[in-house]
Amino acid sequence: MTCEEARPLLDAYIDGELELMLSFDIERHVRGCAACARAVGNIRALSGELSAGAAYYSAPPALAARVRAAIRNEQRAQGRALLPLVRFNVRWVAGAAALLMAAIVGSAVLVPRPSPDDAIARAVVADHVRSLMENHLTDVLSSDQHTVKPWFDGRVDFAPPVEDFAARGFPLVGGRLDYLSDRAVAAVIYRRRKHVINLFVWPTPGARDTAMTTGVRQGYNLVHWTRAGLTYWVVSNLNGAELREFSEMVLARG
Amino acid sequence: MPHLDAAYNLARYLMRNDYDADDAVQDACLRALRYFGGFRGGDGRVWLLKIVRNACYTRLRRGRSRELEAEFDDELSSPDAEVANPETLVLRSADAGALTRALDQLPEEFREILVMREMEGLSYKEIADVTTLPIGTVMSRLARARKRMQRLLLAGPAKES
Repeated sequence: MTCEEARPLLDAYIDGELELMLSFDIERHVRGCAACARAVGNIRALSGELSAGAAYYSAPPALAARVRAAIRNEQRAQGRALLPLVRFNVRWVAGAAALLMAAIVGSAVLVPRPSPDDAIARAVVADHVRSLMENHLTDVLSSDQHTVKPWFDGRVDFAPPVEDFAARGFPLVGGRLDYLSDRAVAAVIYRRRKHVINLFVWPTPGARDTAMTTGVRQGYNLVHWTRAGLTYWVVSNLNGAELREFSEMVLARG
Repeated sequence: MPHLDAAYNLARYLMRNDYDADDAVQDACLRALRYFGGFRGGDGRVWLLKIVRNACYTRLRRGRSRELEAEFDDELSSPDAEVANPETLVLRSADAGALTRALDQLPEEFREILVMREMEGLSYKEIADVTTLPIGTVMSRLARARKRMQRLLLAGPAKES
């Protein structure tokens, strides 16, 4: 492969958007070409800066409140307009609005079948949200696993997976001790771009290993599994695919 | 409120001020509610971003209806397409201000694609869905956007390396 062929594909290569064989070809070319290697380095550097360094504008709380109010009003107005005409439409509109609220502002959608996991999922999300409030995220703030790991040692009687995945785009942020469903749990905090990831771990002696399951609750993505007597819950507003990628990584190292 | 943040961030970068971003997002959410029938499942975030983006462009067009806009062309080759020996880009992580300023100088088409890819982590396919562009155009536009950004950063005050 020549530079002329490789150059237009470097971005897609870095973004992991190329098919495997083509990706290998690029990799081979870049290894032997200083100019293209530099171009790759530049794109990576820029990409990293933009995802970690540029301003991320979160929606102001007042806007969220206004959007909620506006949606409620709209819902009422539509309900009134439709009521005399077609009755079942009202229900449809209400249902649609509930789903929309969930999609936009992350309010809860009714989940029909409650289970023990469901209650835990609810607690996990609530804890994640609480942790995002000012100064609640970490008890020990460090991207150094050799600081975070010993910190947990004196506080819980198991070893949560603490590892800096910065090289793969998931830097370690720190650790926290929490109480979930009446037990002490370790919360290890990671980040992906602007998205905070909480990884909750606690021992469940004798529990069978379970495969990874994923879900969405209040607009947050959740991943859950049990391995070697430890229960894992991962929660974030990060998209499902990347959160799963992160979880696979933790599972592989754990 | 995951999707609302994504919506606001995109709108804020497109409109470049809080007031218009607020306005566009609120408008988009109401539109989303009215046209909920058009939502065929799938990723709610992509769907909402698409509506927010349309709301932003409607406002931007209204604001410059009298201006004659030079239509820029992705496929027009430009000297930046083939840099034989790229300089090594030195970036200072601390300077978020310089990054944001450089982003604001880019044409919207470049700005939005960087926001979607680098800040929201959308795949090329998802960006294609939001922008209704072919996936090949997403790829070439993103590459050009990054090159422009690199040039802006190299030309900026932090030039010496």
